[in-house]
Amino acid sequence: MLLKTPLHAQHTGAGARMAPFGGWDMPIDYSGGGLGVIKEHLAVRSNAGLFDVSHMGEVDIVGPGALAFLQRVTSNDVARLQDGHAQYSALPMPNGAPVDDIIVYRFNAERYLLVVNASNRAKDVAWLQAQGPAGCELNDRSDEFALLALQGPKAASILQGLASSDLASIGYYKFTTGMVSGLSATIARTGYTGEDGFEIMVPSADAPALWDALMSAGAGDGLVPAGLGARDTLRLEAKMCLYGNDIDETTTLVEAGLGWIVCVEPHKGDFSGRAVLAEQKARGPARKLVGFEMKERGIARHGYPVLVGGSPVSVVTSGSMAPFLGKNIGLAYVPAAHAAVGSALGIEIRGASVLAEIVKTPFYKRAR
Amino acid sequence: MTNDLRYTKDHEWVRLTDGTGRIGITDHAQQQLGDVVFVELPKVGDAVTSGGRFGTVESVKAVSELFSPVTGTVTAVNDELQKKPESVNADPYGSAWMIEVQVKDPAEVAALMSAGEYDAFVKSGH
Repeated sequence: MLLKTPLHAQHTGAGARMAPFGGWDMPIDYSGGGLGVIKEHLAVRSNAGLFDVSHMGEVDIVGPGALAFLQRVTSNDVARLQDGHAQYSALPMPNGAPVDDIIVYRFNAERYLLVVNASNRAKDVAWLQAQGPAGCELNDRSDEFALLALQGPKAASILQGLASSDLASIGYYKFTTGMVSGLSATIARTGYTGEDGFEIMVPSADAPALWDALMSAGAGDGLVPAGLGARDTLRLEAKMCLYGNDIDETTTLVEAGLGWIVCVEPHKGDFSGRAVLAEQKARGPARKLVGFEMKERGIARHGYPVLVGGSPVSVVTSGSMAPFLGKNIGLAYVPAAHAAVGSALGIEIRGASVLAEIVKTPFYKRAR
Repeated sequence: MTNDLRYTKDHEWVRLTDGTGRIGITDHAQQQLGDVVFVELPKVGDAVTSGGRFGTVESVKAVSELFSPVTGTVTAVNDELQKKPESVNADPYGSAWMIEVQVKDPAEVAALMSAGEYDAFVKSGH
């Protein structure tokens, strides 16, 4: 059975094309409302888009032992967080590959919240329980909350009109609790699009009112509803990893280019995967996740073979036409010796090798 | 949907005029695909067979094979679609036709679905 978010009626009302994603019935795009992946993508780059990401999971870690437990099970340095700080991180396994990639929010010294991928939620909770939380409790609160992502250069001005907090005081990867359109919400300056924006968490029952208020507030600024299709092309242009495509239980964080969320400093202490990750950080991984651009006609897709010197070395992990850049781009793991920018790759498309070139990433970076 | 066309279960259409079949994909197909960004078609002179693959159409999210409604030889290819794949969404029965084929057996066309039959086929969930 497919799960529905509290915003299902908002999606169908806006002409969404729905499809299963991670066990949820989610909007892919709003083509029935005159939009579509490309229009939604471009709206987020130039104005703003509103995404329902309520399928994501929320896990509370509460108690005096929360920090010590999180230092032991996550890759990043949780001690660096102050109240109201968020941090991109991962739950590494002993092989250095992630069970999931997550965001850790610190509400206070004894309460943290992990936002996890929908399709990994049950696996994550089981994994965390198996690591033996001590001095803290783990509560899966996913069903209690809805999560909306308001993304784009006009996100701040749209949200400010409805919010009680001064949004200018919320820096990147910071959050606050406050009122939005009279609803109690957690407002974080985070996202998955490469744009400025916010992720707003509210009790599930309040989600429809919040969605409607945001859509009305942004109507004059070109705000559109945006589906998972645009979310995927936006995050790919910004080279943000998608779990299950670019990272999984076989790819280490360092191989994926996520060494920056791996803290091997002594004060963090030991954690699952530390030995492998420290070694790869010091000596360099044998393979690396690189971005490439198609130089000949063709669109690389997840799973297509990647060739170096005519021989297969891996498969495309993500590939798409990039609506803002107007290019066909993708990600793949290649041997470190062949990972330099400018190197040629072959992408096997329907039996033929099509030329691609490794390029600098992110493919897209917003002007600040 | 257009009445002078015949339709396949793979959501292609064909219009037969003096032994030449013009082929494209249906409005339903383009809606299902979403924004079309890439079209790959055969060359003039290539042989196509009824039910056989003759090309590929890709949206941002999906790759879809194109299957020929008829057997014959390709006599024209709409190369404009390379530059303007989005016209498949805008005008699937008109400017976004894909290929023309010298049809070997016109009875193949007659055996395909009529507009009414295709409409019922789509509404039954295909």
